[in-house]
Order: sequence, then C-alpha cells, then structure tokens
Amino acid sequence: MEKPLTSRFRSDGEPVDIAAYERAAGYEGLRKALTMQPQAVTDTVKQSNLRGRGGAGFPTGSKWSFVPMSADTPRPKYLVCNADEMEPGTFKDRVLMELDPHSLIEGMAVAAYAIQADIGYIFLRGEYRCSAKRITAALAEARERGYIGHNILGSGFSFELHLHVSAGRYICGEETALLNALEGKRAHPRTKPPFPQVSGLFGKPTIVQNVETLCNVPHIVSKGPEWFRGLSRTGDSGTKLYGVSGKVKRPGLWELPLGTTMREIIEEHAGGMRDGVRFRGLLPGGASTDFLVEQHYDTPMDYTQVQNAGSRLGTGTMVVLDDKTCPVGMVLNLEHFFAQESCGWCTPCWSGLAWIEKILTAMEQGAGKPKDLDELAFQTKFLGPGNTFCALAPGAVEPLQSALKYFGDDFRRHVDEKRCPWR
Amino acid sequence: MATIFIENEPREADSTQNLLHVLLSLGYDLPYFCWHPALGSVGACRQCAVKQFRDERDTTGKMVMACMTPATDGTRVSIKDPDAAEFRAAVIQGLMQNHPHDCPVCDEGGECHLQDMTVMTGHCSREYRFTKRTFRNQYLGPLVNHEMNRCIQCQRCVRYYREYAGGTDLNAFRLRDTVYFGRFEDGVLQNEFSGNLVEICPTGVFTDATLKRHYTRKWDLQMAPSICVHCAAGCNISLGERYETPRRVINRYNHQVNGYFLCDRGRFGYEFVSSDQRIRECLLDGQPTNATRAAGSLGKMLEDGNCIGIGSPRASLESNFALRQLVGADRFYAGVSDEEWSVTLAALDILKNGPARSPSLDEIEQSDAVLVLGEDVTNVLPLMALRLRQSVRQQPIEKANKLKIPLWLDHAVRELLQDEKGPLFIAAPYATRLDEVATDVLHAAPADLARLGFAVAHAIDAGAPPVADLSPELTDLAGKIAEALRSAKSPLVVSGSSCRSTAVVEAAAQVAWALSKVGKPAKLSFCFPESNSAGLGLMRPRPLSEAFQAARDGKADTVIILENDLFRRVGSAEASAFLKAARHVVALDQVHNPTTAAAELVLPVGTFAETDGTLVNHEGRAQRFFQALVAAGDIRTGWRWLGGDPANNGSAKTRAWHTLDEIVQAIANEMPVLAGILHAAPSRNEVGKLAREPNRYSGRTSMLANIAVSEPKPPVDVDSALAFSMESGPEAPPPALNPFFWAPGWNSIQSVNKYQAEVGGPLRGGDPGARLIDSPQTTGWSYFSEIPAVFRREGDTWLLVPCFHIFGSEELSRLAPGISELAPRPFIGLNEADAASIGVKNGELIKVAIGSSTYQIEALLRPDVPLGIALLPAGIAPVDGVSLPAPGKLAAATVHGLAQ
Repeated sequence: MEKPLTSRFRSDGEPVDIAAYERAAGYEGLRKALTMQPQAVTDTVKQSNLRGRGGAGFPTGSKWSFVPMSADTPRPKYLVCNADEMEPGTFKDRVLMELDPHSLIEGMAVAAYAIQADIGYIFLRGEYRCSAKRITAALAEARERGYIGHNILGSGFSFELHLHVSAGRYICGEETALLNALEGKRAHPRTKPPFPQVSGLFGKPTIVQNVETLCNVPHIVSKGPEWFRGLSRTGDSGTKLYGVSGKVKRPGLWELPLGTTMREIIEEHAGGMRDGVRFRGLLPGGASTDFLVEQHYDTPMDYTQVQNAGSRLGTGTMVVLDDKTCPVGMVLNLEHFFAQESCGWCTPCWSGLAWIEKILTAMEQGAGKPKDLDELAFQTKFLGPGNTFCALAPGAVEPLQSALKYFGDDFRRHVDEKRCPWR
Repeated sequence: MATIFIENEPREADSTQNLLHVLLSLGYDLPYFCWHPALGSVGACRQCAVKQFRDERDTTGKMVMACMTPATDGTRVSIKDPDAAEFRAAVIQGLMQNHPHDCPVCDEGGECHLQDMTVMTGHCSREYRFTKRTFRNQYLGPLVNHEMNRCIQCQRCVRYYREYAGGTDLNAFRLRDTVYFGRFEDGVLQNEFSGNLVEICPTGVFTDATLKRHYTRKWDLQMAPSICVHCAAGCNISLGERYETPRRVINRYNHQVNGYFLCDRGRFGYEFVSSDQRIRECLLDGQPTNATRAAGSLGKMLEDGNCIGIGSPRASLESNFALRQLVGADRFYAGVSDEEWSVTLAALDILKNGPARSPSLDEIEQSDAVLVLGEDVTNVLPLMALRLRQSVRQQPIEKANKLKIPLWLDHAVRELLQDEKGPLFIAAPYATRLDEVATDVLHAAPADLARLGFAVAHAIDAGAPPVADLSPELTDLAGKIAEALRSAKSPLVVSGSSCRSTAVVEAAAQVAWALSKVGKPAKLSFCFPESNSAGLGLMRPRPLSEAFQAARDGKADTVIILENDLFRRVGSAEASAFLKAARHVVALDQVHNPTTAAAELVLPVGTFAETDGTLVNHEGRAQRFFQALVAAGDIRTGWRWLGGDPANNGSAKTRAWHTLDEIVQAIANEMPVLAGILHAAPSRNEVGKLAREPNRYSGRTSMLANIAVSEPKPPVDVDSALAFSMESGPEAPPPALNPFFWAPGWNSIQSVNKYQAEVGGPLRGGDPGARLIDSPQTTGWSYFSEIPAVFRREGDTWLLVPCFHIFGSEELSRLAPGISELAPRPFIGLNEADAASIGVKNGELIKVAIGSSTYQIEALLRPDVPLGIALLPAGIAPVDGVSLPAPGKLAAATVHGLAQ
C-alpha cells in the first residue's frame, strides 16, 4: 500500500531534513512542475480529483482554476496555507508539519506556480510550537537551496513564503476569517462572493488550502493523476490521514486509502474498543460533524459515502463515544468550545450557541426542563446552513442534532431524573 | 431597473440595490439592525431574513438575508413566508437574550429601533431563563453615555465610528455573546462625530449625555425643524423642548446637506441656549428695565442724531435686513473684521461671477478628486470633512464596479479596496485631521498656499498666469495635483476664509476655473466662517472699518449692534474706542459679552431655539429654522425689536412686518439676490396646521397645574404653520416644516425611511432649502493675475495664524458645558526651531505681542507648523479678540521677574 504523505517519516519523531527529503525524491514534483505550463499543473490536479482535506472537500483543481491568470491580474497574488488546525479531535496537519515540513513547502511552491502566486503565508495554529520551529528551519533550508524565493531553480518564477503564527482562535480556521486575521483585523468571516480567488488577502487574488491537501500536490505532479486516483478504494482519490481518539485501544493517526471503512479503521488500526467499554458512535471528522453510530460501521470513509450516511468526512479524524461516557456531557464539552469560539458576528451563532451551552450545562447539573429538548431541537434548526454568516454554527450543531437523534433517550433521562445518569 | 416579485406581486426595483433597500423603499416593513443606508450591508444580525424562490413553481424556497441579496430582475421573495417570519422572531429572541429589558429606565425608550423591530417581528414571550451577561460601562466624555448591557452586537457603532468616521478609539473587544464595544480604557471619545453613535446605535448603548441631564421622552418633546447655527454647513436639525428648555438636538435628514449625520458641536452645542450667560431681560445702563421702556429708549436713541447699524454673520437674514432697513443700506455695516469680510465678499463674487458651481455636501461626497486649499475643514465646517472622508473612496470603488461587487456590499468593497484612497490634496497652514486620508499634504504660510493654487491652475491651463520663483518641490506638487484633478470625473476645490487671505480663495478659484477652461467642470466650495456669513455677504453691508471711521468722524451718534461681540472681531482697544465714540450704543444679543457690557441699551434676543429665520449656508443654500420653544419674558426675535412690531419700540421708523412671511417677502422685494429665500420653506398660509408636539405628548393639561389648574391657551404662532400643539391638519408636513420623523411602527429616528422616496435618497417633497447662487457663468470671467510673493518673515515678527478647534472656536457653542469642557487650553503653536530661537521649550510660557496688546501663552511645539508661522487658537480666550492673521513678536516670558 502506497503512503505518499507519510512514507518519508522518520521513526524517531525528528523531522525529515532537506537532504533526506531530496534523497526520497523530494522537490521532484516542484522540478517537474516548473517545466510545465502553470495551467497544465492546475489541469493535472483537477484530473487527480484531489479534494480539500480541511473538511469541506472542495475540488482543489477547480478552486485554482478560478484564480485570474491574465496579464492585468492584480498583484501580488497570494497562496495561503491554512495550518490553523483547531478542530477538536484533529491533529493530522500537526503530524505532517512536524515530521515532514518540506512536503508542505514543496506543495505550496507547486501550487503557487500553478496559480502564479507571488507571496505565500503558512497560517499556523499558535499552540503548534514544534511545528513552528520545524517549519522555520525547513523554510531556511528550502530558501537556501532555491526552492522558494527569487527565481526558483532558475525557472524565472519567484515565490516568497512566510510563516505566520496565529494568536489563536478557532474562527481563524475559517478561510476568510483567516484572511482578516492575517491582515491584522478582527477574525470575522467575510462575505462570499466575492471569493478569495477574486478578492482575498489584502484585496488580491488568493487561494487558501489545507496542509494535507498541499502535501498531496507534489506527488500528483510527479506521479500523475491516474496514480493518485488509483490510491483510493472509492471514487474520491488519494490517501487520507485518518485519526482516532477516544477509548480505543490504540488511538492514533494512519495514512490509508480513501474509502477505508470505519470498521477497518477502528478494529484493525485503532485496535478496537478498550476492554469494558462498547462503541456507541463517533464523530467522523472532528467535532463539527454529525455522529455516526453502529449501523454505519461499514461505511467507507470517503466524502461521498459519509455524506450519504448523514454526516461529513470533515478532517477524517474520528472522536469515538463509548457507552461509559455521557453523550450529553460530551456534547456539552463540544458546545462549550463552539460557544466560546463564536466570533460574535452573527446573531444565531453568538446567541444560539450560548443558549445551547447553558441548556446543556443545566441538564448536566440536573436542572434541565422538558421544554429544553424542544429548544435544543429548535436551535439546531435555527443555526442551520444558510441561516448564519459562516459555517461555524451549522457545524457546531451537527454533533448536537445527531446526538438528539441517536441518543435522545439519554437527554430525556437527564431531564426526567434531574441528574446526569453517568455520575 | 428590474421587476421583482414580492408576495407574487410584480414591483419595479433598482437592480443595483439589495433586497432590503428595495423592500424598505417600496414601503414594506422588514426589520433590520446591522444594515444602515449610509453604511451598507454586512449580513451580521440576520434580522432581515426573507424567503427567496427560484421561480413560480418553487414552493420550498430558501432563506436569504434581504440586505445581502441583490434585487436582480425576476427575483421572487416573500416577507410573510412562515419560515422567514419564524426565523426573524428567533433572531429577535437571540438578540434580546442578554438585553436587560430596562426600557422604562432607558433613555432610548420610546424611540428605540430595537423596540420597534421587536414589536414588528411579533416576538413577545421570553423563553431564555438563564443569567444574562453583564458588562462594566465606560466614561466616554461629557457628550455620549455608555450602557453596554443593552448591546445586541449589531456592530453598527464600530462600523460607523471606525470605517465611516475614521475614528480609532472605539472598537469591538472579546467574542461570542460577550463582544464589548468600547474604548481600550475609559476616556473621551476622540472623534468629532462621536455623537452620531446615539442615532447609529439601534438601542440604548450610546445615548445623548446632555439629554440625560434633563431627560424627556421623545413623545414628550415639543419639536421644531431647525438649522444648526454653529458653523456654515447649515445642517438640518430637530430641536426638542419641554418646560421651556431645549432638551436635545437630533439629526433632521436632508440628503443634500447633512444626510444622516451631525458633528458633535452641532449636536451638543444647543445647551448654550440655557446658559447662565443668556440675556433674559432688557438692560438700560446696566439696570433691568421692561420691554416697553426699553423700546421707548430705543426710539429716542434712533432719533438722536445719526444712527448706524452693525450686522452679524450669526444673525438671520431677517434680523440683518430689519437693521439695514432701520438705519439705511448705506449705514449698515458688516460685523466682522475687514480681513474676514474682504475674503467673504471675494468668495461670493467668485461663486456668482465664475464658471465653477458651489456644490452641496452630498455633491462634495461624490467628488472623486479634491484639493483643499487653506482650510482646516474638520474644525471649521465639520460635516464637510466627514463627506470629504467618503469622497476619497470614489475612485477606488471603480475597482469594485469592475469586479461586479455591488457597492452596498460594504465589507466586500472595503476588503477589496483596503487602504486605497483617491486623490485628496490638503494645503493648509498646519496639520489637519483629514491629512491622514490625504494623498499629499503641504503645510505652509497663506501666501505660499495661494502660490501653490496658482501654480496648479497654471499646470492645468497654461493660459492661467505662471507663478514666479516657484520651488522645484512646489512645481512637482502642483503638477501632481493638476494631473489628479484634470483626470478626475468630478473634481472639487475647497477653500475658505480661515486664512483670511483673498489670495488663497482667488487661487482656489483659479484652479476650478482653469479646470472649467480645459473642459472639466469643477466644483468650488468655500468654508464660510459662520452660520450666515454668506447671507450677510449677499446683503453687501459696508466694511466694519468704515463704521469705525464714521464714529471717529462724529457721524455715528447711535450705534446698533446686532447679535455681535465686536471684541471678538477686532482688538479690544479698537472696539472700545468705537463704542466710546458713539453717544448711544444699543446691543441686541443672545448672550452677555464685552459688547453688551459696554452698551447703554441691551435688548434680549432669542436664539435659534426661540425664533424663526433664514440662514444661508456655505453652499449658498437658504434654509429656514423655526422656533421650538416660546421665549420667556422680554426675549424677542431680533427683527421684531428692530421694526417688526411698532409696539416694541414706538419708533416712527418702524415697518409693519408683523409676521415672518411679511419680512421674508419684504426681503425678496428689496433684494433680488435674496429673492430665492421665498422658497426656503412654505409660508404660513401655504400649508395647513402642523403640530410641534407628537400625538402621544403627555401632560398637556397638567404641565402647569402646580401654578394654575386651568390649562393655558397655547401660544399662537403667527410666523409659521407650526403650532404649539398636538393638533395637526391631515397632510404630512412638507420637508422644510417637518419637526420630527415618526411613522406607524417606526418610533426611532430610522423612521426617516418612510419620508424618503428611496431609502438613503432625497426626501419625498424635495430636500429643504433654496440655492441662491446657482448659475455658474460660462463667460465674462478672467483669471486672477495678482500672485503673492513667497512668504518671508518680516524682521523679528512671526505671522500669527488662527488655528481652529471644533470645540471652543465658535462663539455660542462654547457656552454649552459639554463643549467647553472639550475646548483646548490656550496655546501658541510653533515649530521647534522657532521656539529654540527664542529659548522656549514645549509647555513654557511665551510672551506674545500683537499690536499694543501682549499675552502670555503656553508654547505648544508642533512639527507641522511652518517656520516663521505661529498658531493661535481661534476664538479662545485670551486671544479670542485678536483679528488674525497678524504679525506678532514672541519672546520667552518671565515669571515673577525670573526668566523661565
């Protein structure tokens, strides 16, 4: 089984340095891309069917094709890497950046070439100190060898790449809020349209991509789109970093073909549930996705089929709920996070999440009321897609709405018994 | 235009607009918070949700925010859709989650947009049972009160304050349901337009701190349409009264003039009306006397030899006219320094005889390249500065048009444009607030500013005379300015009388005229110094120095001074000499001042709050103000003292103007240049009775019950259709006579939507005012040829130049406590090198000798002040009487015989 994203990883936890990276065919994707027309690079990525690994799964090549490429395009154009990995339960990008930072840098150089970006930023989560250190070192190495900076490898193409360490808020992971934060403004999301490709960072054409997405790009260019499509078990191409946390025997992160089933990931890779606990459900792609439960155990974990099962692949990093953990408590923990991270811009989000948090807190404390269940149900609808300014609130209510659906009895027990039955 | 379908009914709509704008313009009620016609859409509050349908067959539809959805042709929407209605009620419920529901003790109650919108959605029962978040409030200065617990996080305040008004000291802090809108720390709001927060805030977070000190509900206010008297902008205001005291001023929308906003001087200056400096009774030789006796004395004085009159740039046309008619046109003098007067007349002649049009404030905002020559606009004509701040967006927003980003999509446009600004060049004697948005700035002496202007004109049209000995830097700058103005669609030149330099206004005119010559019709706007400077100028009184000469020649036995403190116009020695030379001095004024102190007879005159009249603003627009309250005691309108009513002065020379309409007609008959004032507002007989008091005015029958239980008959207003009553005829008031905005379901000031043909556009019935100078001359003008020489210090003197301050420089508003608190301490501003030459450091005292007077003033070292120039604060004691610019000698002051 090919594992392009993780095959260079060292076993001692140290990062792959530039010499090792080059030995393992590193920067070959960039060298090849620089011999191609930018449009051909975009076409290659388009043909590979690579979808964004940040959670939304938008086709990467299509995204690039919206960037204006004519001579009178406003400059500079920007490429921004969204490395603000703050989704609860998600740690895949951290591993990539800590263990193989050059893979991200090469991916950004190739993507920048495809869209003819002049300047790049890696917008990194503030707490990722180790990533920051290793990316900084790798950037220096890459700059010294001419992989980034002026006239890359003598091609005439120039691309400056900078690391920006975030001051730290979940909303900064929303790509347009990220752009505002990068500009030094309050991290409110922006209206779309206009999309960042047209008016992004500092009002200039901009692409924002997730770390894992970018790390795939050099491989696609080197080995071709057919190879990439062949990596997957289903219609969605490539491999995926899947993670599992919760009361499983071996929590961790694995690069597996897209479409690997939930059962296989939990049973074979995570070693199954710990002794004494039973599987009740999981959040498939970070906190802001709907619960899947036992009936979905054989779902191939790709974008399409997880959606068909009523959730989203999201970041592909699963948070497992077991039968010894209170689902209301788990959801409260998540909703507390989301309420706290609401940027305060749109009413449904700041008011609804605060209310949800208070209701769930009351339930956990035995002060829930029967009509609270109706209110929770109403709020999940009120904070639904289209009603709010950005995707934070709709994502935030996904675990709640699905918990109400699958674990409704547990909520009712909290109200009826005036206590948390798990305590 | 587009056809859109609302509840399946086809309606015509402006396709360049958003659905909220269109729906409100069509008269639909749709609640909103974060949107504002002047601020555009940002989609934050989600209150204006409607259901949009793809086509006739689509029955599901999708929820959209009306403010964020373009009104493109064929759009189908429903406001009534049950899902949309339920959603809007849920949004209100969310907004109200932390709101304290303290309406009974909230100053906004009764005119609260949040109340109105809550009622509109039908949300009334509260489900949220948890603790509300609370905040600590801040002290924001004497003008604006802060109560953050009421906040609904609509973001309007910071969007207005930062993005529109250019303020930096108010911001959003924290996140989630605890966003805090305030300053980094307690302190006075630094922006000159902070008072608009009171109206921008849809609820009671930011309220009028002056109103709070003498609070009255909107429904209990007797209101009148008025005009701000604190500068020449002529902003339309609505003044509210209760128990014979003015309670507050709010904006009275006029699309052409002030739009939605006022400056803080205009909003809060009104408290001078209640100042203890008001003259409330007649004084004869310093002793109180009654009106009949005073009038008798006036009559005798008028007959005792030659009589001359001194007019006023802060008195109405009517009062000035009455004085002029009383003393005769050839004995009627301008009540301002000759330096100011010659500049005012020059500017008026330029507007009357030249090819450049004087623009309204709205047209100023639409200008896409601007040269400001010799003005500190923010401190002299503040609203113009707010408009100029928007004008720098005109060129950059073309980029948004190119990318098809609708201009109402405010943040998208701002994100695209970032800090990009169109051309605005400012040349002034010192740094001004607008410098921060300027393309290029020059700080120079008035003569050099004029030279720059003439050089720009020459660079635009080689036919305009060249400027000799121009430095390479100024040649470059002139070229740059010329290029920017020439390539603009709608260029504008702003100047005025602040430098008291005819050369400066001529240079400004030269630039505008050169543009006209090369086929680019430019606009030319002058900042006149006071509320009726332009009006007085159009009456053409003689210069003040000639009055002084007449007194010296013994040809001025009786001097009548109308609403004017001559000690603020000329040096106190000159003013005293003049007043002493006359046998009788009669002063009519609103407030005590050195002139009234020196007068034999003092007649109390009503302020704008108590009288009616006409003022001509900077644009040449005549606008009428109407009294909100009936003056107590013997306070009368100036023109009534001077000849309106024989009973008042018993003089044979009186004229029979019994009513405002009569004197307005008399002015129109006598002075063709002012004939347009007939159209400033409808006359009394043109419209039916109009109520000054709202329908819900309470306590009418009992307000005076502590004095007498029978309800007194309301005063009769013979001057206008406005009645001191709740009773009104069936018609809506015409805009010029509309005392307040109020509509069913819309109790707040946002009810102005219902008075506009299209929201944010002109008022239905036309924006009030009549332009008196309106036809630019295309022929018969020629370039000015007198170009001043380069400024050079004369000997050991400095050129003392006035430095204006929005708070303190204006004579009346400085008597309002809130304004006076914010006035600067007296200072003399000069360059560090100049200060060093006399051995003075920042904060040390300087002895300033001007003519025969000397002052000791604190030095304020400012890098922006050109060498050889020193700034003195205009209108601020102890130098408020100094006519500037003037040469002055500076030296380090000694205190108690010791050199500092």
